[in-house]
Amino acid sequence: MLTEFGRVLIFLIVGVVFVAGGLIFAWLIRPHRPYPSKLTTYECGESPVGDTRIRFNIRFYVVALIFLIFDVEVVFLFPWATVYKQLGWFAFWEMIVFLAILFVGYAYVWRNGDLDWDKPAPKIPRYERGVGVREQYLTEEEVVV
Amino acid sequence: MGLLDQRFENSNIIITSLDNLLNWARLSSMWGMQFGLACCAIEMMATGASHYDTDRFGIFFRGTPRQSDVMIVAGTVTLKMASRIKTLYDQMSEPRYVLSMGSCANCGGPYWEHGYHVLKGVDRVIPVDVYVPGCPPRPEALLEGLMKLQEKIRNESLAKKKPA
Repeated sequence: MLTEFGRVLIFLIVGVVFVAGGLIFAWLIRPHRPYPSKLTTYECGESPVGDTRIRFNIRFYVVALIFLIFDVEVVFLFPWATVYKQLGWFAFWEMIVFLAILFVGYAYVWRNGDLDWDKPAPKIPRYERGVGVREQYLTEEEVVV
Repeated sequence: MGLLDQRFENSNIIITSLDNLLNWARLSSMWGMQFGLACCAIEMMATGASHYDTDRFGIFFRGTPRQSDVMIVAGTVTLKMASRIKTLYDQMSEPRYVLSMGSCANCGGPYWEHGYHVLKGVDRVIPVDVYVPGCPPRPEALLEGLMKLQEKIRNESLAKKKPA
């Protein structure tokens, strides 16, 4: 007589045989005529350009780090919210302290300018009066944004 | 491996019945490539929707060429699109079929003479199995084309060697 887990074992075996059998049978009888164009990875009709490994801007690093910290903070808030009523004021002040510490960090990051996404300043061409047709362009130091 | 694929010179009772079984399975589940090029695609969508319901033939549309058997070229094939269609056709797994739907895909249609940007018939880049005339063809016409393709598949043999 089978135990309860014996049935699970039979279920597992049937599952593996069913999938593996189908794959092996298909591998045995299917046409196999590969050529480079058929094997290209991108399935939208476009030809793939460049490498799959690309570089991200280093500025994402700080943003990702800040996101991670506050993400974890939110994750920590959920279990706190569930047991809040049992723990009472103690839990409330604990969480206030925790959030205060994090907000000090947040303020520091903000003050430090890490949240600013510095864009390259546009160079605005300026027409100098009285120079005739010759246009003079501002140099990089003169640009005021 | 391809134990069956074009390995046999002469057909015998086993090969023939096996072919019948495989062909029946294939013609009952012709999955289409999901892409439309122009107004014919509207008719193709209508054919796939509940009113004409290609699902009853086992035909529905897949988002990737790897999983599709039939490519329905529904609409004007511009020169820009032609190379993409070729790539998509190449990426489909064999055996694969192409149904050219509407005048534009068949021969260039209204762009035959002055269409500087239109391919004069999709059969110039990929082999076409069934042509469905019309501008655009009604869903009934597309269904007839698909049934013609079913007939073609029914009479094929995968196991037999193809004449070179």
